[in-house]
Amino acid sequence: MTTARLSDGPDPPAPAEGFEPGPATAAPSRFAVRAVLAVLWREWAVFRRVWFSTAFGSILEPVTYFIAFGFGFGALVAEVAGLSYLDFIATGAVAIGVLFSSIFPALINGYFRRKEQRLYDGVLAAPLSIPELVTGEALWNALRASVVACATVLVAIGFGVRPDPTVLLVPVITVVAGFAFAAAGAAFGAVMRSTHSFDMIIVGVIVPMYVVAGTFFPIDGLPPALAALAVANPLYHVVELLRAVTFGAPTGAVLGLHAAVVIVFGVVAWGVAVRLLRRAVID
Amino acid sequence: MALTDVVKRFGAVTAVDHLDLVVPAGVCFGLLGPNGAGKSTTMRLLTGQAVADAGTVEVLGRSMPAESKVVRARSGVVPQVDNLDDELTVAENLGVYARLYGIARADRPAAIARGLELARLADRADTIADELSGGMRRRLLIARGLLHRPELVLLDEPTVGLDPQVRQQLWGQITAVRRDGATVVLTTHYIEEAERLCDEVAIVHRGTVVARGSPDRLIEATVGVEVLEVAGDGPSQRRTLLAAEQAGLPTRHTGTGVAVLGSEALEVAAGDGEGHAGRRRRATLEDVFVTLTGEELT
Ligand SMILES: Nc1ncnc2c1ncn2[C@@H]1O[C@H](COP(=O)(O)OP(=O)(O)OP(=O)(O)O)[C@@H](O)[C@H]1O
Ligand SMILES: [Mg+2]
Repeated sequence: MTTARLSDGPDPPAPAEGFEPGPATAAPSRFAVRAVLAVLWREWAVFRRVWFSTAFGSILEPVTYFIAFGFGFGALVAEVAGLSYLDFIATGAVAIGVLFSSIFPALINGYFRRKEQRLYDGVLAAPLSIPELVTGEALWNALRASVVACATVLVAIGFGVRPDPTVLLVPVITVVAGFAFAAAGAAFGAVMRSTHSFDMIIVGVIVPMYVVAGTFFPIDGLPPALAALAVANPLYHVVELLRAVTFGAPTGAVLGLHAAVVIVFGVVAWGVAVRLLRRAVID
Repeated sequence: MALTDVVKRFGAVTAVDHLDLVVPAGVCFGLLGPNGAGKSTTMRLLTGQAVADAGTVEVLGRSMPAESKVVRARSGVVPQVDNLDDELTVAENLGVYARLYGIARADRPAAIARGLELARLADRADTIADELSGGMRRRLLIARGLLHRPELVLLDEPTVGLDPQVRQQLWGQITAVRRDGATVVLTTHYIEEAERLCDEVAIVHRGTVVARGSPDRLIEATVGVEVLEVAGDGPSQRRTLLAAEQAGLPTRHTGTGVAVLGSEALEVAAGDGEGHAGRRRRATLEDVFVTLTGEELT
């Protein structure tokens, strides 16, 4: 094969007869798992170099919550919604860990890769579709969020939380929830015009989302308007699911309802992210 | 590749304006035009990254953007704006695209090794892309687009901002691709690049093709063989201008003086034995461009 690299002759070579096929490439299908895996591989290639700082942060964050709220606040409050306060915030911390480690990277990467680094322009010139791109990135964030969630559970156990065996279902919940929040983050990242929008999205969406969700205090005590807001908040349903599997008898019907809300939210967020990203990157 | 009566607008700006262009397989085709002529927009129409407001775009026999995924699998794109992944190493940058292009797992190491060789970065395979020099980045960007041996190679200003030596290396890469039989479409500001590499060029002005043909024929038909450049604005220049006018030759102001196009006819016409002072040079595509559009190329 020709790799003459320094030819600078004035005459271009005569075109060869026919085209010599390149290495075996798979024909692209409508939605290719292979393409999604390529997106995941890219994330993995970066992660294996920076895993330590990610791991460090994801352990330190829940430790901070346990020390600050568990010892500080927990000394004043004995029991919340039928749980010890430590148990209560443990599940809250898992949910917040999932939210933060999915929606933030999705939002920030979604903006920078599109607008500053122009990575999306590059990969979308290759045979990658926007649904495949959104799915791959959201899946990666979902997996990482689940690792964070599991780490948080382990930290909680270290602080004396004693979960039921059904706690093993936590990763199932967090993968789905992480995917949904990552898709939502990607949707916001696709509409951002400049870095100034970060503040607005964080203060206007993410902070209210994690505060009014029964994470650090139960929503029962809230005024009706805020309580209604909490019920509309997908994170509230994630928290309820986590509490149900971590501490005692999850009941089918209620569980199904919370799960349905999270899944519907995820599907809608994914669809919106695909639409908005298409509008942002295709002229 | 065929674009028929294509229109692409951005708000009030018409980037591509009733453009018709047919590029046969196997040629190296150049799109030449000034800033904002619509070259990049045309290139993006060919990958489905821009969607035409009117007209039809057909690439590799497929209609765009409906079948863009198949087309993208068979083409290699080198964008005008660098979009290497700065968080990845050189080899990983190629690795991502090898996977995106669906190169079988068994063939991947060889394809990546070939890409590294093409980019002449085999010894920098594990360098983070962020740490590469501008020329290295361009070479990697080109190698990335050629990784899967595409049938169609789309290069948008592949050598912009590079020193002459690196530019010649890149010409070598493009020449090698052509030898493999691929169709090449490139845009450029550099006249010399177009003249050296392209079998055919189209001159694009305000979103439409104002002329096309092989560089030589285009030059000869529009400008003639030779150009006489006269510096300054002294009496000898005025005499030359007058002679050119009498001979019916087009002239243009060049910033530093005046150029007489097709000046090989001048001596005969002048016929006064005195000749005309100035620098003679071969006519170029730039002269063609200026003659046709009345605007400078860069
Ligand atoms: N995404 C966009 N949004 C709005 N206007 C655009 C967009 N892309 C291109 N344009 C406009 O379309 C016109 C053609 O731009 P294009 O990038 O195709 O030119 P070009 O020939 O590639 O120029 P250059 O040589 O400077 O790269 C310009 O007026 C440009 O401002
Ligand atoms: Mg351009």
